[in-house]
Amino acid sequence: MEYEPVIGLEVHVQLKTKSKMFARAPYHFGAAPNTLTDPVVLALPGTLPVMNKEAIWQTVQVGLLFGCKIAEVCKWDRKNYFYPDSPKGYQISQFDQPLCLGGTVEIELPGPARNIEGVHRHVQLTRIHLEEDVGKLSHQGADSLVDFNRAGVPLIEIVSEPDMYSSDEAFSFLTAIRMALVYLGVADCDMEKGQMRCDANVSIRPKGSTGLGTKVEIKNLNTISGVRNGIEFEIARQVELLNRGETIVQETRRWSIEDGATFSMRSKEKAHDYRYFPDPDLMPLKFEKTEVERLHGLLPELPFDKQRRFYQAYDLPYTITSVICPDKGFSDYFEAAVKCYNNPKAIANLIANDLLRELSLAVADGALPLEECKIKPEHLAALVECIDKGSISRQIAQDVFIQMFKTGQAPAQIIQEQGLEQNSDLGALEAMCQQAINENPHPVAEYKAGKEKAINALKGKVMVLSQGKANPSLVDEMLKTLLQKP
Amino acid sequence: MSQDLCFKTAAELSHLLKDKAVSAVEVTTAFIERTERLDPQVKAFLNTDAANALAQAKASDERRANGGALGPLDGVPVALKDNTAVIGQSMTSGSKILKDYISPYDGTCTQKLKAAGMVLWGRANLDEFAMGSSTENSAFFPTNNPWDLKASPGGSSGGSAAAVAASFAPLAIGSDTGGSIRQPASFCGIVGVKPTYGRVSRYGLASLASSLDQLGPLGYTVEDAAMLLQVMAGHDERDSTSLNVAVPDYVGALQANIKGKRIGIAQDYLGEGLADNVRAAFEKAVQFYKAAGCELVDISLPHTALAVPVYYIILAAEASSNLARYDGVRYTHRSAEVSDAIDLFAKSRAEGFGPEVKRRIILGTYVLNSGYYDAYYLRAQKVRTLIRRDFALAFKQVDAILTPTAPTVAFKQGAKVNDPLAMYLNDIYTIPTNLAGICGVSFNGGFSADGMPMGLQLLGDVLAESTIFNLTHAFEKAHPEANKRPTLA
Repeated sequence: MEYEPVIGLEVHVQLKTKSKMFARAPYHFGAAPNTLTDPVVLALPGTLPVMNKEAIWQTVQVGLLFGCKIAEVCKWDRKNYFYPDSPKGYQISQFDQPLCLGGTVEIELPGPARNIEGVHRHVQLTRIHLEEDVGKLSHQGADSLVDFNRAGVPLIEIVSEPDMYSSDEAFSFLTAIRMALVYLGVADCDMEKGQMRCDANVSIRPKGSTGLGTKVEIKNLNTISGVRNGIEFEIARQVELLNRGETIVQETRRWSIEDGATFSMRSKEKAHDYRYFPDPDLMPLKFEKTEVERLHGLLPELPFDKQRRFYQAYDLPYTITSVICPDKGFSDYFEAAVKCYNNPKAIANLIANDLLRELSLAVADGALPLEECKIKPEHLAALVECIDKGSISRQIAQDVFIQMFKTGQAPAQIIQEQGLEQNSDLGALEAMCQQAINENPHPVAEYKAGKEKAINALKGKVMVLSQGKANPSLVDEMLKTLLQKP
Repeated sequence: MSQDLCFKTAAELSHLLKDKAVSAVEVTTAFIERTERLDPQVKAFLNTDAANALAQAKASDERRANGGALGPLDGVPVALKDNTAVIGQSMTSGSKILKDYISPYDGTCTQKLKAAGMVLWGRANLDEFAMGSSTENSAFFPTNNPWDLKASPGGSSGGSAAAVAASFAPLAIGSDTGGSIRQPASFCGIVGVKPTYGRVSRYGLASLASSLDQLGPLGYTVEDAAMLLQVMAGHDERDSTSLNVAVPDYVGALQANIKGKRIGIAQDYLGEGLADNVRAAFEKAVQFYKAAGCELVDISLPHTALAVPVYYIILAAEASSNLARYDGVRYTHRSAEVSDAIDLFAKSRAEGFGPEVKRRIILGTYVLNSGYYDAYYLRAQKVRTLIRRDFALAFKQVDAILTPTAPTVAFKQGAKVNDPLAMYLNDIYTIPTNLAGICGVSFNGGFSADGMPMGLQLLGDVLAESTIFNLTHAFEKAHPEANKRPTLA
């Protein structure tokens, strides 16, 4: 029998707030262990949580971005369980009244080839709620160590409906969420830094049926590859079980990158009773309608909406929009440049090819962030204008671009200081062309014998004589005129 | 001279210090000497640090000499229940699990006491994590009642009440979750106040039940308690349940005329179990207020009988969660031999907590179980709303409600410790106050035939502390014998 997988994801994302969810301590990745704590984070006797409103507004914005229904009241519950990384012995979370309900996330499935756009569809969301992160455990021999730096960091949990039908869709869902949240500026979503983490609920069913099979929760899908591989493994495991006539047990399994396999953690019978109850230390926060409306007004355009607009407004191809649009920085940079000089295609090409290349060459590992790029959008636009007006050649433009990247100077300054302006002085050009003709009788003879391509050799000589500054199309014209003379 | 200083009220000490008739060092020395001499009998304190208290007193004297006294209580000693956070001091909460814990931070109340220049003197004994009504649940030792060393001082703030009654400190801080300030104040013949929920920041108070806990003052007189509450009260950004309402002048309101004030009498508080002598003291107070021109109004608080079961569900639920942080991982007692994380939690907590704490954690865990949540916790919250409504309706008719504080005078030690239900019922008159979030004061209504104090309670509406101070101050002025102190040798 042929089976089809049904997948739901629970995605945790750390918000980038100044202080933690319920404490004043700050957080940033990579600090020395237990240096980003305070009495509240460590749950010392007598300490109390105070909610970080910035995190609440950010979560509301995420909900608005995905079209969720926003709760009227922000209410907090305690999720009680013992674990060494949880300082209070409970996690402050939202149980029955999440901040955001429903909504959808638009995803793009992989296309038939990299340069061909894939199908888009909307994945249904169940809810988005806000909670606090826990600390981090590590093990050294017989000892377990705990670092509470991460404890208390605002964490949103985005829960999808079982509405994805391949590991590719799951991967696209994660990518779409990351794009949107980074666009919003509320999260960095770097999975390698634990800023985005993913659990998946996977079940399979006979292809064509509509019911849901027994679901298995997969935890620890905390790398980009883990999401795809873990889900693929689990689908294959379930198919094999059913093919052998066995049944699937409802359970929680852990993905192990090292083994490339999932392992059982606990069965349904051993599931926790978290004894949720409203946190008596925190008062529910009632939202002002005007505040939600204000936040709605501040929402950025979503990447896929931007892509559609870029097709329409700038007539850019998918190969370009698929590079520029997923990144708000590049999109904004592009539009800023287009405002200065209206040649969107040339500007987009320069960004998607040359700028991206230089940024990645600039640092050994990864790429230089766009914010640190020295070329201002208006300078990039000016460079395109120079090329269009013929004041420099495309070849020279390449050099100018690299110098702009290194120095941040305006193209006009570089061109002027180094005398790079394309030579369009007809008298000088004629002299150089004549010199080339005089000194190279062989190609001249070939050309006159009807071998038109022989003119290229002469053009090359003129470019050498002009030190590359001659306008190639003018040289072509001039040579033809001179050669036609008897 | 030094003995005399110990028998002064905080208000009197304030005047003496202001007039530079005595120094803070002299005052503090007097209390230290008396404590060192007599506390071995009373056992009010778990920890004291005389050198530290004297250093604070010296700093106070220097301030005053430079004309920079911080307020009326600058240089006046105050004892703190050992479940409040003071930098560098113990915060055992009466539990072995925090035996070696030293607080690295000051709670908000502590900061306010320090900002007022008060001399923090002595960490008072309590029932473990404030669970109890006799101080016998302290993991360290029970405290004795200064009026009868074989009797209980009440609890859970038994150490705080005994310290004031024994004149080891003129003032003390306690915490009241279901009567833990008022019942010991009653047993020890002093004044104890449970402020309105949210009036005093809970930041720095080891939580028992977050929705019920409130810090409050204990002193010999209503005026002293009002002076101390003046320092403690106020909004705090660190406590989300703190009320952002200006603090009125409590001391200034004491002298107002009480004529025409309406005082409610609820038969619901005068039924079976109330001792005859306490009932007689209550009747005497009713007669006093009547004579003073107050209007006595019969009111009904029909859900009173449900308060004790509701309280023990809500308290146990919140406590079971609040005490989860004492897990053996960071700063608590940790069991020496453990095999894994779960074993570490289980053994550290089994060794660190006493029986009453375990009883309530188990009860709270049970009522929060997802299968029983609706039947217990949710239902209890609904009844709590009814109890709150009882008071809201009552306070439409009256300015204050007069009740006994406890059904009896202080019971003998050991009398109830093995019967938790009997112990719980001792708080029947104080528990509804916390469920409703209103304020209450216990004051000495006189003495029994065998010389034990009999506390009475005056309850006020939300933020009506001034009203109940005014009314109880009037009673106190007319009954100077209520401020009598026990004799200790």
